[in-house]
Amino acid sequence: MNELWQGLAHAARLIWDFDPGLWEIAGLSLQVSLGATFVASLIGLPLGAWLAVNRFRARRVVIAILNALMGLPPVVVGLFVYVLLSRSGPFGVLGLLFTPTAMVIAQVIIITPIVASIAHQALRDLWADYHDLLISLNASRGQRIKALLWDGRRALMAASLAGFGRAIGEVGAIMIVGGNIDHVTRVLTTAIALETGKGQFGLALALGFVLIALAIAVNLCVHFLSRTERSGRW
Amino acid sequence: MVASILPLQVDALTLRRGGRSILGPISWVLAGAGITVVLGPNGSGKTSFLRAMHGLERINQGDLRWAAPMDIVRAKQSFVFQTPILMRRSVVECIAYPLLLDGVPRAQAHMQASDAAIGVGLGAVLNQPAQVLSGGEKQKLALARALIRAPEVLFLDEPCANLDGRSTRDIETILADARDAGTRIVMSTHNLGQARRLADDVLFLYNGQLVEAGPSLILETPTSPELAAHVNGDLLP
Repeated sequence: MNELWQGLAHAARLIWDFDPGLWEIAGLSLQVSLGATFVASLIGLPLGAWLAVNRFRARRVVIAILNALMGLPPVVVGLFVYVLLSRSGPFGVLGLLFTPTAMVIAQVIIITPIVASIAHQALRDLWADYHDLLISLNASRGQRIKALLWDGRRALMAASLAGFGRAIGEVGAIMIVGGNIDHVTRVLTTAIALETGKGQFGLALALGFVLIALAIAVNLCVHFLSRTERSGRW
Repeated sequence: MVASILPLQVDALTLRRGGRSILGPISWVLAGAGITVVLGPNGSGKTSFLRAMHGLERINQGDLRWAAPMDIVRAKQSFVFQTPILMRRSVVECIAYPLLLDGVPRAQAHMQASDAAIGVGLGAVLNQPAQVLSGGEKQKLALARALIRAPEVLFLDEPCANLDGRSTRDIETILADARDAGTRIVMSTHNLGQARRLADDVLFLYNGQLVEAGPSLILETPTSPELAAHVNGDLLP
């Protein structure tokens, strides 16, 4: 218990002193996870909407696979991306291994199924509501998806935030493809793993508290920003 | 109107669901002007008939032949559901939505929608979320939205079910105005009084069959025993 308090105090001191090392890794954490969330939302949200609106033969299989992929083990994804990006791999020439870009790629693979699946579930219910109306109004397929994405934007935000939550706390994949290199690919989670391994529990805990604070801050920011928009109180 | 989509030739229209025939075969012609009221007890196929003509149902047999190509037909008809389907938007945005689909600029669409909302008595709630309206207001919104494209044919499925007298009268006024403006209206109702007030002609459906059709006069002198019983308020088996 004592160590927890020491960790909290340590965290406060690091933040208070504007510790440059802390800001660097916290900044990279945020950059990688927000980047991954952005890309995953670009792919996952329209995919979820498309799955909600369209009926096709393999739909159930696709949705089952998507839901199963939500539980994808990050270590396996990391390994997979590592093999693809390593020197001898198919994308080795790009030289992306051990860069933040590789970390974003790995996290996109991990969180896109989460974003798409949550978006699909939310929009499926909305589509059940809107179905007859949009067909009756003769809306094109693109217009239907647009209406769903816009009117379901609150639920979609929740989907993106769930993806972000998974990304910011993820360590297995970015450890493998990023390599936890100081000043290059070290982020909060990999630093915590490293410091814990070195027995530096105080510092590890401090970083942990910063990580939690960061996650809360991002969520608060998003909620604050969306509440300024008066048109959507649903 | 440039090229009319009417007449609509309904030819042996048949709907089957779950291996059971729920409608038809029905043959009928939708033409001319005025209001056609579709009567019949629950489960007689009124809703299915209207939805099928609007193009919302898969037709198993028979034919619907409009006088214009389908893309024009779809653009020139609209439907008011028994339970209004409201988008999660404000009143004015809901009414403007069909115009936005047609590519009308947002400002102009909103202006037109505001006028339409005021026209149906929703002027005071323009910017409120549509979901918080009362039942009567929701149905008026649905009507304003259905009329915003100035459709040639308007289908309504029991638009006044569950509404009180005042809302019903408001809606009947809007419908009569739309008819006078040249909109061909086909509506179903359970309310015989409403049928007498609005109908130019009447269809009576029973067990998925078109039992009797004719001018509104048939409400007073029905020829089929089923319609006679329905008009007298007897319960059909």
